[in-house]
Amino acid sequence: MANDVDKDLAMSSGASPRVLPRSTPPPPLTTTVIEPSRGWVPLKLVELWEYREVLYFLIWRDIKVRYRQTAIGAAWAVVQPLMTMVIFSVFFGRLAKVPSDGIPYPLFALAALVPWMFFANGVSLSANSLVASGYLITKVYFPRLLAPTARVLSGLPDLGLSLLVLLGIIWWSGLLRTGGAPFILLPALTLLALVTALGVGLWLSALNVQYRDVQHAVPFAVQLWLFATPIAYPSSLLSEPWRTIYGLNPMVGVVEGFRWALLESGRPPGYPVAVSALAALVILVTGAFFFRRVERTFADVL
Amino acid sequence: MTDIAVRVDNLGKLYRIGPSRPGGQLMLREVISNLAAAPFNKLGGAARRLWTRRAAGEEPDARNPNDIWALRHVSFEIPRGQILGIIGPNGAGKSTLLKILSRITEPTEGRAEIHGRVASLLEVGTGFHPELTGRENIYLSGTFLGMRKTEIDRNLDAIIDFAGVEKFVETPVKHYSSGMYVRLAFAVAAHLEPDILIVDEVLAVGDASFQRKCLAKMEDVKQHGRTILFVSHNISAITRLCGRALLISGGAIKEDGPASLVASAYMLSSLSTTAERTWPDPATAPGNDIARLRHIRVCTDEGQTVEAVDIRRSVGIEIMYDVLRPGYLLAPWFEFFNDTGACIFVSRDMRPGWRDQAKPLGRFISTAWIPGNLLSEGTVLVGAGLFSPDPEQNHFRVREAVAFQVVDSLDGDTARGDWEGRLAGVVRPLLQWTTTAVKPDTAT
Repeated sequence: MANDVDKDLAMSSGASPRVLPRSTPPPPLTTTVIEPSRGWVPLKLVELWEYREVLYFLIWRDIKVRYRQTAIGAAWAVVQPLMTMVIFSVFFGRLAKVPSDGIPYPLFALAALVPWMFFANGVSLSANSLVASGYLITKVYFPRLLAPTARVLSGLPDLGLSLLVLLGIIWWSGLLRTGGAPFILLPALTLLALVTALGVGLWLSALNVQYRDVQHAVPFAVQLWLFATPIAYPSSLLSEPWRTIYGLNPMVGVVEGFRWALLESGRPPGYPVAVSALAALVILVTGAFFFRRVERTFADVL
Repeated sequence: MTDIAVRVDNLGKLYRIGPSRPGGQLMLREVISNLAAAPFNKLGGAARRLWTRRAAGEEPDARNPNDIWALRHVSFEIPRGQILGIIGPNGAGKSTLLKILSRITEPTEGRAEIHGRVASLLEVGTGFHPELTGRENIYLSGTFLGMRKTEIDRNLDAIIDFAGVEKFVETPVKHYSSGMYVRLAFAVAAHLEPDILIVDEVLAVGDASFQRKCLAKMEDVKQHGRTILFVSHNISAITRLCGRALLISGGAIKEDGPASLVASAYMLSSLSTTAERTWPDPATAPGNDIARLRHIRVCTDEGQTVEAVDIRRSVGIEIMYDVLRPGYLLAPWFEFFNDTGACIFVSRDMRPGWRDQAKPLGRFISTAWIPGNLLSEGTVLVGAGLFSPDPEQNHFRVREAVAFQVVDSLDGDTARGDWEGRLAGVVRPLLQWTTTAVKPDTAT
């Protein structure tokens, strides 16, 4: 039975181990250097590419687990914006009579809510990503930047689904804009929302490891941000120069762009979107550098 | 250059310890309220603190007594294909060293170079998620451990087979028994093909047959010429698998050499015990306000304290303890370990009269007698404790309290007889053997 156990016990002479010949010549070895890092740490984007399979599996795991645990599964991606649209339509659209740039209020709100949910969920999920993956970070190495990134990216399928439903509703209402040109905007706007969510997520997740009350402030901050974005109301309510300063909020550009591309309402994206994009990039780049700088403390604090 | 797999040079890791905050974690609101209280100084200080991460767990000051070096001035090289064992007491810095080499935490000073692909097994079931199925977890865990998806695809059937979970591979892992969980986790790890493997005590989990399987697999890995860094408390595994070992204690390398020599040095050093120990001060004696251990010794059947005992003679372990509060059921017990760290046996005073009665106040001496011709030769380490069944607790427990040597003088009447060679076995009973001759033509 346990031949392997008996091998060097009892009355045997110890045989020296054989080294089996390799069937193929060994590939050149990679060298890793481990040293204390000082000051600013480079982003090492190449390493992120090398670990792309880890990113894929993190996203895959998040999506699978999220839907396995829910009763209605993927439908949640659609129910969230729809239910919010209903509430907004009743209270803001009908009762408070908030203007909606000439289109029916529900569509006005929904077209904004779909990209908003992607952003809001991305921020909330990624803010907590490091703490939630603490059990993994203390046991195995992978570029920690992938944890919040995976959380934000895992919202893309949800966005796709709710966008399909949105398109369906708009088309059925007859207000769908003809001609395909503006639709090219949608991927670009999604990218802007993604960049913003990721940038904010990197800042928050890194801060949350050190200061655990950050994750409690996030839902509140996201709510405030919702009202600072023209989702329930049009930005035409604001006068200049406030309207341009308002554009510093990158989600303003995203939301207005979605509305314009799908429903031809509001003004076409222009100067304010450029401001939005710049703001988003700044948040992302500063977030990434801050993250890398504090990254070395994660395994010790988690 | 490339025949050194791992080169470690003056590695050090400093940790901040100290009074933990009531909430456990630093709170942003505290930092903000500090800011509000004294804006200008604190703004500079808080900003600088966050910037240089002088918060909990980072950038500690070496002059601060709250900061300790978990590792310091550690240097060594591992040639390719070597199996290096690392042993040492708890808290010596072994796991910290592995974490640094696995890139999970950063060193405070020094440098390490690793030539080749590394896989680290620091726990069982890295990356497993309870909601996912066995198959899904194989992919997840394999990826985290460093396998490419194509590698996992190729090895999937072999992994499932090794773990023996074919029937359950589509069931969520939360429904697995702990044995299945461990087998699956190890099956994934067993199919890693890194250049350098770092293993931390994962053999401590699982039952005996599983541990045998793990050891066998590690022997197999040894045959393939991989470099392995192996931390364990299981000294016999270390001496079996490793050619060389490091003894790490107090954050520094104390011994570096052939595994069997380093293992003996370790066992001997922790034998700061002799055959007798006394605790003169009741306040610091092991125990609690119910009972305290005052004295323990190894004695012969004539009552003499001895350090070496003839294998044929019985040995007594005697403890003296004070019962400070009456009314408890108390059972003294001993544990016996040999010099490879294996447990020989344990013994608790289970006699009916003694175990059913609550003990009164007073001082007691309990002695356990080990019959002659039972123990094997070598060093025996004895631990002692005092147990209460309800609620289950040990009032005191001292590991390796005393030690003694068992010696066979080769007079011919022991289990060894006059054989001078090596004899295996954790115990050495002198058994009764009978042999009868049988008529030749019935032997078919």
